[in-house]
Amino acid sequence: MVYAGIDIGSTAAKGVLLNEAKTEILARKLMPSGWNSRQTAEELHTWLLSLGHSREDLRIIATGYGRVSVPYADKTLTEITCHGKGAAFLGGGDLTVIDIGGQDTKVIVLTGGRVTDFVMNDKCSAGTGKFLEVMANRMGLGLDEFFAMAETGREVKISSMCTVFAESEIVSLMGLGTPREDIACGAVGSVVSKVSALVNRKSPSGKYYLTGGFCEAGFLVRKLGEVLGAEVITSPDGRFAGAIGAALLG
Amino acid sequence: MLSLPKNFETFNDARKKSFMALYEAKQRGKKVVGVFCSYTPLELVYAAGAISVGLCGKSEQGIPEAEAHLPKTLCPLIKASYGMALTDQCPFFYFSDGILAETTCDGKKKMYELMSKFKPVHVMNLPQGRDQALALDAWTEEVKLAAKFLEGLFSVEITPEKLHDAIVYRNKVRRAIVDIYETAKLKPSPVSGYEISTIAESADFHFTDDDLVAKLQRTAKDLRERVRTGADGRPRVLITGCPNAGVRDKIIKTLEELGADYVCADNCAGPRTQKFMVDENSEPYRAIAERYLKINCSVMTPNTTRFDDIRELVKEYRADGVIEIVLHGCHTFAVEAFTVMNMVQNELGLPYMRLDTDFSQSDKGQIETRLGAFIEMMSAAA
Repeated sequence: MVYAGIDIGSTAAKGVLLNEAKTEILARKLMPSGWNSRQTAEELHTWLLSLGHSREDLRIIATGYGRVSVPYADKTLTEITCHGKGAAFLGGGDLTVIDIGGQDTKVIVLTGGRVTDFVMNDKCSAGTGKFLEVMANRMGLGLDEFFAMAETGREVKISSMCTVFAESEIVSLMGLGTPREDIACGAVGSVVSKVSALVNRKSPSGKYYLTGGFCEAGFLVRKLGEVLGAEVITSPDGRFAGAIGAALLG
Repeated sequence: MLSLPKNFETFNDARKKSFMALYEAKQRGKKVVGVFCSYTPLELVYAAGAISVGLCGKSEQGIPEAEAHLPKTLCPLIKASYGMALTDQCPFFYFSDGILAETTCDGKKKMYELMSKFKPVHVMNLPQGRDQALALDAWTEEVKLAAKFLEGLFSVEITPEKLHDAIVYRNKVRRAIVDIYETAKLKPSPVSGYEISTIAESADFHFTDDDLVAKLQRTAKDLRERVRTGADGRPRVLITGCPNAGVRDKIIKTLEELGADYVCADNCAGPRTQKFMVDENSEPYRAIAERYLKINCSVMTPNTTRFDDIRELVKEYRADGVIEIVLHGCHTFAVEAFTVMNMVQNELGLPYMRLDTDFSQSDKGQIETRLGAFIEMMSAAA
């Protein structure tokens, strides 16, 4: 028996296959969630079945916003539990997980590998991946370019938390001739401050692990660490934390 | 002159039916007093020969209309209550002869000023704390003033005998309601918390001539004898905080569908409040005042007895976790939630989750995810 985790988020869909002992990642798959979760789930199913294991030999756990669209899953779990478990696998069992997702941001407190507390952002998109995606788009940049530019900028304060208002705020800044670098830096700063406010609503352990799509955005990770006053650890597998956790719980 | 509202024909059948039922009761001479809060001494209403009806808004209905007069950021319960009253959509408000109100929170007390433009409203001044100088004396005087208001409204006299009978009757109703709630002390509970809260609430709308106490006692017995299979191992949740009838479907129904049991309501409708009885053997006005001042609402400062109650209820109902519901705009519960969180997590060592919400459906998805994660957290801890 091998264990698969399927994590269909609002922006990206992730698949992971773990070995029988659940100690090693055998395969990873990352794709855009697209507009149809069911179709995305189907593509991940095809991928899973192409890995050389029969369906009987696979135990599949689905998580994420689109978990209800994975008819072939043996079980579904919420992304909170899965991200917690996945982060414990990647970074150890006693830490505070920060997951910046496409449409929500979560802070999960892990104690001895178990989720003991969590908080999610309220219903607006401030402090989520969506916020940065909208800002990058507005400036005609891909996310990689956006982060590269932000790193060289001097932070301008973006005061609106609301994505829609912040977008018009940066339009005004662009109108004033503010360099894109500074605006990008300001947008990252806005997300970081919103995320750290969420972290401070819980009793963090002082050790942080970042999961989600920004796990390789070094500038954001560093800024987050500066504001929290502690090191934020992550790894390229951070984006698969939900899927890894799901597979571990299979 | 008794009549149906002008917009009666626009109502759906269920609403028409409840309007007609109350219309007929009024034609038979029933007197009705609307109340909004568990601090309102119902004994006075019964001693005045009237029945009380709970008028708290429980859905989004009426909110858009209310927001024409009230701020958008006000608590949804106040907005819904006012909106339903303003638009003649609530049969219980519509047929109320008067409103017995209280200064529990700032939002409500100012809303009552607006409400008094279209209904006789008497506002009782509730002390802000139990230990204040003269709190009990002042509140006793308020109870007497409220009695005077009702005497004037219905041209009746509230005699000591009538008041004593009303005290005995309301104590019986309360005991019967507590009995219903206590069904859920059984593990596993033979009945869902959703159903229990709906039954308990129906006691607030009793305007028929049958015996309410007997009816509630029968229900409690039926519930206790019920057999529920497959309910072992479901985590048991105590819900604390704001009144939750307006989010019953969004939160409680979802929680129970996802696999947990709502076993204890630590709120103004639940056993936390219903368990307090009025002393039947002492001076009635003071005894009523004493009983109502014990209620553990976050409007009281300090409110330490609420915490004693949570400790006790968690133990009695064998709760595996605590969920706090904070309605947007309810400052006192929102602030007190921090202390509740610390107590539940650090002292009781139980999972705690706070849900800030209103009566809209816009956060239904997020709430479902949070509830799911909370159940997984409780199950992992078990």
